[in-house]
Parts: sequence; structure tokens; C-alpha cells
Amino acid sequence: MAELLELRGVSKVYTRGLTHSHPTVALREISLTLKEDEPTILTVAGESGSGKTTLAMLLLGFISPTMGEILYKGRNITTLTGPERLAYRREVQAVFQDPFAVFNPFYTVDHLLTVPIKRFKLASTRAEARARMEEALNAVGLRPEDVLGRFPHQLSGGQRQRINVARALLLKPRLLIADEPVSMVDASLRATILETLRNLQRDYGVSIIYITHDLTTAYHIAKSIIVLYRGGVMEAGDVDRVIKSPQHPYTQLLVDSIPWPNLEQRWGEQSIMARESTAPPPGACPFMPRCPKAMPVCASRPPLFQINPHQAAACYLHERQPQLVAEKLSELLPA
Amino acid sequence: MAAVTLDPLSAPLPHTGVLAQPAPSPVLRVNQLAVTYYTDLGRARALDDVSFTLNAGQKLGMVGESGSGKSTLALAMMRMIKPPGRIEGGEVFVGDTELMGLNEEAMRRARLSKIAYIPQGAMNSLNPVIRIGAQMVDAVKAHLPGESRAAIQDRCRQALRSVDLDPGVFNMYAHELSGGMKQRVCIAIGVLLEPSVIIADEPTSALDVVTQCQVMETIDRVQDQIGAAVILIGHDMGLMAQFVDRVAVMYAGRLVEISSVREMFTDPKHPYARALISSLPNLDNRGVFQGIPGLAPSLLRIPSGCAFHPRCPFAMDVCTTVRPEVLELAGGRRVACHLFDEEARHG
Repeated sequence: MAELLELRGVSKVYTRGLTHSHPTVALREISLTLKEDEPTILTVAGESGSGKTTLAMLLLGFISPTMGEILYKGRNITTLTGPERLAYRREVQAVFQDPFAVFNPFYTVDHLLTVPIKRFKLASTRAEARARMEEALNAVGLRPEDVLGRFPHQLSGGQRQRINVARALLLKPRLLIADEPVSMVDASLRATILETLRNLQRDYGVSIIYITHDLTTAYHIAKSIIVLYRGGVMEAGDVDRVIKSPQHPYTQLLVDSIPWPNLEQRWGEQSIMARESTAPPPGACPFMPRCPKAMPVCASRPPLFQINPHQAAACYLHERQPQLVAEKLSELLPA
Repeated sequence: MAAVTLDPLSAPLPHTGVLAQPAPSPVLRVNQLAVTYYTDLGRARALDDVSFTLNAGQKLGMVGESGSGKSTLALAMMRMIKPPGRIEGGEVFVGDTELMGLNEEAMRRARLSKIAYIPQGAMNSLNPVIRIGAQMVDAVKAHLPGESRAAIQDRCRQALRSVDLDPGVFNMYAHELSGGMKQRVCIAIGVLLEPSVIIADEPTSALDVVTQCQVMETIDRVQDQIGAAVILIGHDMGLMAQFVDRVAVMYAGRLVEISSVREMFTDPKHPYARALISSLPNLDNRGVFQGIPGLAPSLLRIPSGCAFHPRCPFAMDVCTTVRPEVLELAGGRRVACHLFDEEARHG
């Protein structure tokens, strides 16, 4: 079975200045596999500073990993050249957080959509290009006559974000990296955009990596989830299990902080320690300083323990369970 | 326009004797506030006869899509609408003071001391080249020129402590703080002079869930300490369910419904409020995406009659021509929708 995307022990360390002092580990030894023939939606969740966006940048090839390698269809993405690189650029697309910042205000929507068509030579005639644009816009629930020929400022945030999805779809991608695609969009439009993304996966076979801090939307759209904290995997598995019965204290904190629109379900039962004050001691579990259940053993970094076939947590509370090798993480995630 | 008496409390209160039992008199009364933006493309009525009241210690949530006039309402109450916008009329009472009639100097003194504003995106509202402490001291000095330096510093450190920040933050710069800390600094500045009304405009929209929970708890606690009324502006209904006592829904510059949070979530009246509630993700409706069809109208071209009628599944003939006035229903709920004309008449 061919792998679409494979991360092998990928780490990213940011250093400061010429002497490379004060290293910050933004991402620590992530291994992950997405299968080519099983399109899925995988959520990567965590607070700000957890390494979510670093992961997106790595997958898009904007930065290169400090350690490990990222393979796209079996080829290392940093060494791709020529037609292979072009194919990777076309097949891996992104939707970013802020629909107000990614448009050039001087160009109409048509320009945004025709540039990729020209660059990747997707259409030979003008009529064909137009047809492809209309097809992509229809797929995201926009009426072409409503948006073509208009400038970004004439469109609402939700329309802009859907145009971004349409632009990505135009290129018939295999993988879509959606970095907080709905966090700046009105709540009433979120549902529409999430539905668009899910239909992409279902109808067009696009795998989606959905990066977010919002576990509510993650729960609704994704099949599997990876929870990051300070660059490390805290918990991973089936989204339903992880959110309904979180096993890592950090995931418990995250789930407890969700403001569910439900009066019977109060939030914030757990007291929270501020993140700022708490750099973990070197080599320890990154969550130890904030963890209500911290034990002496937490001074060394816990491996992943497999709690059930579709859930694992990096926490010594579960040390009776079998250990899971980091490379096998993907086997937990249901397709 | 004949304004229905929207609220019995907005009528002048009868003079009560000293011994009379003090009714919980509203600390904030907004009466037919209207704002228009005069743009090159025409006049945009961003706020249209908005009226409501709020008691001390109460929390009101103000929800609506972007462009529905939530932030304009906040700015209008602070009298910070800039041209081409103009406050066309209305009254805002904080206690006994009517803000719209004050002169510029008196209004300047009223801001922060009577009515405070916690802005959206705290990252951008602190001065990056001045220490946090100096910015706080500035604010106090402007309002209490007679206070000694030690007393002012003391007050600032107290405010920082009240939002769970180390008083050492006093000597730091904005870039040394995280997003959540900056937002809490803004709350600390907001409560420096113990105002009776605090307006928080999407105070957590840029923060992640854990920090959001922390910041809301902070607002809750300082509100308790100083007994202020809080208006929370936002579009996250989940946050509203967890935080406020009453919810007001805005649509195209008008208040279309005000209800207690329980009534709003269990039995929303206005069709827009219903759509809003049913579009919410929950634990038991996984994978069901129910958006609100259609788009929010441009304020330059507000539909005739009820502004929601083109998107409304219950629209009737009357909705296209007659603008629904705010009706009072049983239990003090207020709704602007023709569906309830009958119900309100029979009272």
C-alpha cells in the first residue's frame, strides 16, 4: 500500500542568533503516515506554542526539518526537483487562518483563480479555464456569478475562506493543510465551511490535515486526532474516544476548557495554571509543571502508552499499558 | 418613529422616599441609540434604535454576525464613533449620568471611570515601547490628578494582582507577555477605576481555549469584586452559554431578541436566533453541519420590512413590507418578529 505522506522522526528546533543559543524545540520526533488510498481527516490540536503551525509549515515545505525527513509519495520533499516538485506543489495545498490577510486587495477573485491554472497549465483554452473555475466555486457552495469579477473587500469573510478552499480544490490536490480555517469566521458560517471541507474529503478523496485549537470543530469534522503540547505528542487516537474520554491530563484540561453551548455542561471545573510561568525541567514531561497529577517519575519524558486499539497517551498514569513505539503512531488512527 | 415603550425601566423613575425599598435600579440604560456611517456609497444605518437595560452585577451577551453592529454599539456607548460615522440620537445612562449629553471633557472623565472598554485583540492595543506600568499610571493620573505617586502605583499593582498577574508585570514591556497575559493587562486597565459598566469586545477571539477559559474567569472574578455590569460582545454561543445571564441577538443593526440565557438556548423565539442556536456544534450531533442559509445583508441595502425576511424560513407577506417593532413577551423577553404579534397583543 503506497504512502501519500510519511513523517519519519521529524523535529524542528529554532535557535537564536549566531551561537544557536536558547534552542526552542517546536516539534519533537513526530512520526506519522497518511495512506494514499484512504483519504482521511486528521486533526492536529494544541494551544498556541504547541507546534501546530510549525508542522503545517514543514508539510508545505516552507521550512525544512532539523532532524528526520518528510516523504511525499516516497520522495523526500526537500530534495524534489523539476516535475516532481511541481507535482508536489500542486497536490499539497493549504488554507490559512486569516481570510482577510491572504488576498491581494488590488486583484479580483478571477486573478487569484487564474494564476494557478496558468502556472500549472491546467486548461488549454480560456473557456476551459472558466469552466474549471466555476466547477471549483460550485463545489464549495458559491455561485460563480456572485464572486467572479469582484474584489476581496466586496466579499464576506466566509466567502473569502470558501474561495481559498476553491482555489486549493482547483488544483485537484491529494492533501489539504488547513491551518485554523474557521477561527476567524463567524460562528454561523463555520458550519458551512466545515461541511465544504468534509465534502472535499468524501467526494474528491482529498486527505485533510486540520490544524486547530478548537476541539469542538475537530470533533465534528475529523476521524482521528493528535494532541500536541510544546512540540510533543501527548495523546492520539480516534477523535470520538479522545474527546469523550481523554486520558492525558493535558487533553483533559483542553476538553474541560471547551465552552460547549450547553447549559448543563459547565466548563472550567479544573483549576488552570498559567502556561507562561512553567518551563519544564530539561528531559521531563513537558506538561509536568502544570499537571495536577504530576509524580516524581514524570521527571523523565514518558513514552506513548497504548490504552486501547485506537487511543494512546504519553503519560505515566497509564504505564501499565503496553508501550507504543512512536513510529507506530499512525496505526492507532482510524482511516 | 413611535417608539413603543421598550422597557418600563427606561421611563423616568418616580422619586422614591429614603425609606422606600430600593428596587434593583439598572446601572445602564441605553435608549434608542442610533448610528449611521456616511460612506461614499450611501448611508449605512449601523445601529437602529437599540434599547436595553442592565443591572449592576449582570452579564449581558451581545451576539450577531460580523457587520451586525455589535462593535458599533460598544463604540457608540463610549462615544468613540469616528467620522464618517455619526451618533444620530439616543441616550445612554450610566447611573444617573447621561453620556450623550456630556461635553467632551466630562465624557473623557467618564470613560474608564464610569464605563470601560476592553478591546478586541489586546495584542495591538498596548504601546510596545512603553512599560506596562507607565501605561497604567497614565490612565490613573488622567482621572485622579490629585492622587500621590505611591497610591497610584499601589492601585495599579492591586489591579494586576486582581487579574492573576505577577505585580512584576508592572515593569515589563508588551512583547514580554503572552497573548493571554496581554489580554489580562487590558482587563486590569479596564478595572483600574472600578467602573460601573465594562464592555468587553470579543476579549478572547485571538486566544486558545485554555487561555480563553482563564481570561473569562478573570473577568468574572473582577466583576464580582467591583460589582460592575458586563457586556460581552462576541459570536461564540458556547462562550455565552458558559458566561452570561442574558443574551441579546443583533441582526443588521437592530436588536431582534433579548432573553435570559436559559430561554435563549432552550426556546429561542426569533427565527434568526433559532437558526443560530441550531447551527451550534454539540457533543450529540456529531457531523451534522447546519449553517444559516444566505448571507448577512449589506447595511447599505437593508431589505425592506424585516431585514431577515430574505433568509427567514417563516417569512410572511407582512415581513416584506412592515418592519417588526420590539414586542414584549411573557417573562420580560423581547422579540422583534411578526410571528409574535398575536402573542404579544394578548399578553
